[in-house]
Amino acid sequence: MADQLQQSRRPSVIYLSFQECTGCFESFTRSFAPTMENLIFNVVSLDYDDTLMAAAGDAAESALDKAMHDNFGKYVLVIDGSVPTGAGGAYCTAGGKSAVETLREAAKGAAVIVCVGTCSAFGGIPFADPNPTDAWPITAIIGDKPIVNVSGCPPIPEVITGTLMQYVTTGRLPDLDQHRRPKAYFGNTIHDRCYRRPFYDEGKFAKSFDDEGARNGWCLYELGCKGPTTYNACATLKWNGGTSFPIESGHGCIGCSEPGFWDKGNLYAPVSSAEWGKAAESSPVDALKLAGGAATLGAVVGVASAGAGRLRQHRSEHPEDNEHPPRSEP
Amino acid sequence: MDLLTFARGMGLKAAIAIFCLGVTWRIVAFALLKIRRDFAAPRESILKYLSGGLITTMARSWPHREFIGRTGPGEALGYSYHLGLFAVVLLFTPHILLLGSLFGFTWPGLPSSIITIISVLTLTLFLAVLFRRVTNPVMRMLSNFDDYFSWFITMLVMVTGLAATAHVGGPYETLLAIHILAVDALLIWFPFGKLMHAFYIFPSRAINGALLGRKGATS
Repeated sequence: MADQLQQSRRPSVIYLSFQECTGCFESFTRSFAPTMENLIFNVVSLDYDDTLMAAAGDAAESALDKAMHDNFGKYVLVIDGSVPTGAGGAYCTAGGKSAVETLREAAKGAAVIVCVGTCSAFGGIPFADPNPTDAWPITAIIGDKPIVNVSGCPPIPEVITGTLMQYVTTGRLPDLDQHRRPKAYFGNTIHDRCYRRPFYDEGKFAKSFDDEGARNGWCLYELGCKGPTTYNACATLKWNGGTSFPIESGHGCIGCSEPGFWDKGNLYAPVSSAEWGKAAESSPVDALKLAGGAATLGAVVGVASAGAGRLRQHRSEHPEDNEHPPRSEP
Repeated sequence: MDLLTFARGMGLKAAIAIFCLGVTWRIVAFALLKIRRDFAAPRESILKYLSGGLITTMARSWPHREFIGRTGPGEALGYSYHLGLFAVVLLFTPHILLLGSLFGFTWPGLPSSIITIISVLTLTLFLAVLFRRVTNPVMRMLSNFDDYFSWFITMLVMVTGLAATAHVGGPYETLLAIHILAVDALLIWFPFGKLMHAFYIFPSRAINGALLGRKGATS
């Protein structure tokens, strides 16, 4: 792989940021293996990135145009952030162009698109209800290019760099799951690889954050951990060079690498709990109201049903009541 | 909205509403049924025949000494899988948390491994129950669609639950969604099929015992 990297011409990478918080890029800069410096100085040619580049204004925009022109059909387009389409795209503009215009233009010459972060992969928080900017993930706008989703809010740094490295070195896309995520990183749930998993199997659960159970490494399922339904490599690759990951720091997984994670109900309700509606509105009182209303209606139907039954019974026991009295002759 | 969100949200909500409506409907209709008036003078005092109802409820819940050889195995089978079902439903932590989210309180559960063992045993007993139903000529004759469908839907809940726990047959969230959808289906079917025996069995025994007690018969 090292030989391959030294011999090949450094592929052009264009990094576009749309409706996002720059957390994904912050994560990218914290990659340990490979480091971002190693990646951009030795492996790829990062031709445009509005967060990192020294140029600004027209100089930056012309760098983007030049990179797209010179490497047409060959460059890797990395995108973080969702694309707002509301108000004619006015919610996110740069250089006089809306995000959706820039995306369409940049996607034309891209060999592959790598969506970094849940916003570009699945819409993320901007896409969450009520989605005031009419934001969309990249896959909803670009349909004719190979797209790899590296989801997460933010994604693990080594998953970003690892995915880029694999494409650059092999020229092939990694095997993807049904959400177009590399299976190598998103093949298992966090729950499956979690060091707290044996406690789940033993039925030992932390009851509150930082209680004795939580400190002893007991499972955070009852505190709403979404590890069982979240596919990512947090429990194996971890963060900050393998130091730890959120569950190890005492907080349950919030499922940030899954589509629509923000709209899947209360982040602190267990995966198996009932979900009545918006997170803040779910409570046993709602369940009791629903059950009470349905039971009241059932009681009314029951009374009507019993009344009809009694009438039938009465008619069968007293057939004479069913006969009409003879009409009197005029 | 994904399948799991629907299953534990709107799907569960609709299923619980139909369950509550159906159960109340059938219980109220049953309670208000007209009982044919008995013009004969009661043989026993009201206290005695009411206690007869209680005694019959208990006596019919246990094999009669005279027939224990014939009915004992069937009753043992019935009790075993019912106990297994109760343990799995009420003592598995994710189930406790679901019920807790509905009722507002929780209780301690059993380790997952023990629940898995109980589930597999209960599943085996379920198959034995079906085998008995189809091989016993009398039971086969008495059985109709309701019996088989009630068995099927309960079995479906058990199998999908085990598959979700063991992560066999697909992604966990899909298996969990299918399991919860199976529970939703069971809740919807419950009031309208023989699963209603859960509510009828003891009152009907008590009423039979009381009516017989009025005539001076004892259980």
